[in-house]
Amino acid sequence: MPKNRAVLIDQIIKQTMRICAFSSLFFLFLIFLFILIEGLPLFYRVGVGNIIAGFKWAPTKGAFGIFPMIVSSFLVTIGALILGAPLGLACAVYLAEYAGKKKKLFLKPALELLAGIPSVVYGFLGVIYIVPLIRTYCGGSGFSLLAAAIVLGVMILPTVISISYDALMSVPRTYREGSLAMGATKWQTTYRVVIPAASSGILASFILGMGRAIGETMAVIMVAGNALRIPGSILDPLRTLTSNIALELAYASGDHRLGLFSTGVVLLIIIMILNYLANFVIRQKVIK
Amino acid sequence: MDIKIQIRQLSVSYNGTPALRSITLDIYKNCITGFMGPAGSGKSTLITLINRMIDFEEGVRYDGEIRIDGINVLDPAVDVVALRRRIGMVFAVPLPLPRSIFDNIAYGPRLKGITNMTDLYAIVEDSLKKAFLFDEVKDRLMTSAMKLSGGQQQRLCLARTLALQPDIILLDEPCSGLDPISTAKIEEALSELKKDYTIILVSNNTKQIARTSDYAAFFYMGELIEFGETPRIFTNPSQKKTEDYIQGKFG
Amino acid sequence: MRLPPRFVNTLVALLLDLVALGTVGILVVIVCVIVVKGIAYIDLNFLFTYPEDMGRHGGVFPSLIGTIFLVALSICFATPLGLGTAIYLTEYTKETMMTKTIRFGVESLAGIPSILYGLFGFIFFVIKLKMGWSLISGALTLTIMILPTIIRTSEEAIKAVPRSLRIVSHSLGATLWETTLKVVLPCAAPGILTGIMLSIGRAVGETAAVIFTMGSSLRLPTSLFDSGRTLAVHFYILAREGISMEKAYATALVLVVSILAVNILAYYIMHKVIAKYS
Repeated sequence: MPKNRAVLIDQIIKQTMRICAFSSLFFLFLIFLFILIEGLPLFYRVGVGNIIAGFKWAPTKGAFGIFPMIVSSFLVTIGALILGAPLGLACAVYLAEYAGKKKKLFLKPALELLAGIPSVVYGFLGVIYIVPLIRTYCGGSGFSLLAAAIVLGVMILPTVISISYDALMSVPRTYREGSLAMGATKWQTTYRVVIPAASSGILASFILGMGRAIGETMAVIMVAGNALRIPGSILDPLRTLTSNIALELAYASGDHRLGLFSTGVVLLIIIMILNYLANFVIRQKVIK
Repeated sequence: MDIKIQIRQLSVSYNGTPALRSITLDIYKNCITGFMGPAGSGKSTLITLINRMIDFEEGVRYDGEIRIDGINVLDPAVDVVALRRRIGMVFAVPLPLPRSIFDNIAYGPRLKGITNMTDLYAIVEDSLKKAFLFDEVKDRLMTSAMKLSGGQQQRLCLARTLALQPDIILLDEPCSGLDPISTAKIEEALSELKKDYTIILVSNNTKQIARTSDYAAFFYMGELIEFGETPRIFTNPSQKKTEDYIQGKFG
Repeated sequence: MRLPPRFVNTLVALLLDLVALGTVGILVVIVCVIVVKGIAYIDLNFLFTYPEDMGRHGGVFPSLIGTIFLVALSICFATPLGLGTAIYLTEYTKETMMTKTIRFGVESLAGIPSILYGLFGFIFFVIKLKMGWSLISGALTLTIMILPTIIRTSEEAIKAVPRSLRIVSHSLGATLWETTLKVVLPCAAPGILTGIMLSIGRAVGETAAVIFTMGSSLRLPTSLFDSGRTLAVHFYILAREGISMEKAYATALVLVVSILAVNILAYYIMHKVIAKYS
């Protein structure tokens, strides 16, 4: 029997869809390729150590040290996690274990809407409200590690909440029933049975929250003060890797621009490690 | 009597577990052939091979031949889409598509490239009449098929199959979820339809096979135990297993 | 001293209740502040007049149009690509090494921060492909950025379509594509639409990836190769350079309200679908 026209069309469509599917990989490849092409030469020329461990960023004078920015990026991220992770986890626990059906119907979308607020708006509100508060009550200029950590802490909430929530919800109901049947209270059950069972997913949510915080740019630029040194206290200003790129890319040229791409390479590597870690942590659970 | 389907030395396995063992069987034209047997006997597997719906299952291996009008449909080169347009299938659960009654029935004809509304309407009306459903739905052809009762939905599925203008109709336990009145309507439709079609009816219900079929085949654990004219199978089975099954001793 | 478990239980329930409400309170406060402060400075003129003096006076008309063009273009590019990927992954292949690799690619794209999209779009579209700071550079960059969202939501929506409907369609002699087009996609349409809405919200609010690819010209973009300034970028510049707090609040109001509207609509559609299936 000869193949009819519909079958032929089906074959053509299949190939088209296949091309679509490979586009994501292709784009990922392009992004890596071009950031690496622009960013790697400077590592060769100036030396990996002088960039990653260098303290001085004066790109027009041949100094490309981004060590303070790496440290700052991690500091704001850890700060954001200290504030956002417990709060996010608490919300996730509340949603998964405590909230009634009606409350959940309203709370869950409301918490997800936090993710929809643009980062510039977070930054703006940070400048208008949080920075002056810190200036008044804690001293300093207010543009600080603390301000950035607070703003980022809120910004990572949706990530932490939704992934932790999924992890908590995937704990089988029998676990809970078993514990409750033995006379444990709801909180004992949640604390001793449900949270440990969901721990890998919760950990993954923290790691992905870190990824979100370390990659955030506009909000951080607006509240962090962007000073080029390692902050001595939480009230000192700092500049993260992302801020460095965004602040200078518009006018940079020559080696200066290459230096920004080198910053991008470091950021890309950190992000990839975090994503891999989150994936690894989640997969651990599946094997178990 | 003409032979429509010749099944020869057909064996099937799922992930290495045999489901059918060396089946050889002839299906006659313009007759209802009933396949009966307990769950797991392979009767449903056999009909999904005839229209190659088995291709959607994972880990299936088959060899042997199924010849329809002389052409082996198990040949990998066969155009399965064209094959399925010649063979209608009604499933155990009524499965209307989530669209109107009219669109459900016109689905197959439209795939064949019929777009003229007058032609489509003629096909829809004719198919609904043959499935004894037209009078019940003629005023609401554009309403959702999901709103029909279970029995009506199953007759809709039958009508949808007829709209393909197939020469073979496969029914996989079509009445398993239906009430006796709906079942009777479907059986009535089938006995009319056999004038124009070759019908295979799979059923767990031996009484239904006895009532409706001209030939009956009894399957057990992937083997064809007995095949013959229905009255003979039910009154004078040659195998002990068949007799036990018909008398309800197992299954 | 050990507190009685029952007391702790009640206390924790109360605390969690407060924490959750407090967190939602953050959202409410953000929205309220923007709305209350912004509403005083906004009127129809603001939306439909050109800015004067770097945005100190006048409106945001070019930015509004620029945002709409940019978002529309990137959605037009990303939807067919994303939908095609989702269809390929769910309907056309089985789980293999290859689909796992593609999924890994999609996940990785989703994890890349927007500033790196900006960096890539800048070097690739703006510089190497010589498109300059333009609508098209911005749209192509955003396309890649929103692609993972569209792929993931479409995949979820397509997977939720019952297998039996596909089987029926095949049994009626439909090819895989006919089944996908006539049965699977109509059923999955609301879910796919949700993904598109969420992507629109993300694209409207994006700054870092847009400012380095589309630039920040205050003129009305009239061709694909014109630069332009989206509302989010305009807002960022107004606020950061302290040009005008009034205009900044008004712009933020437009941004936040439109994004919230799109997101709420998306959740509403999703909610409808879940209600229908269960």
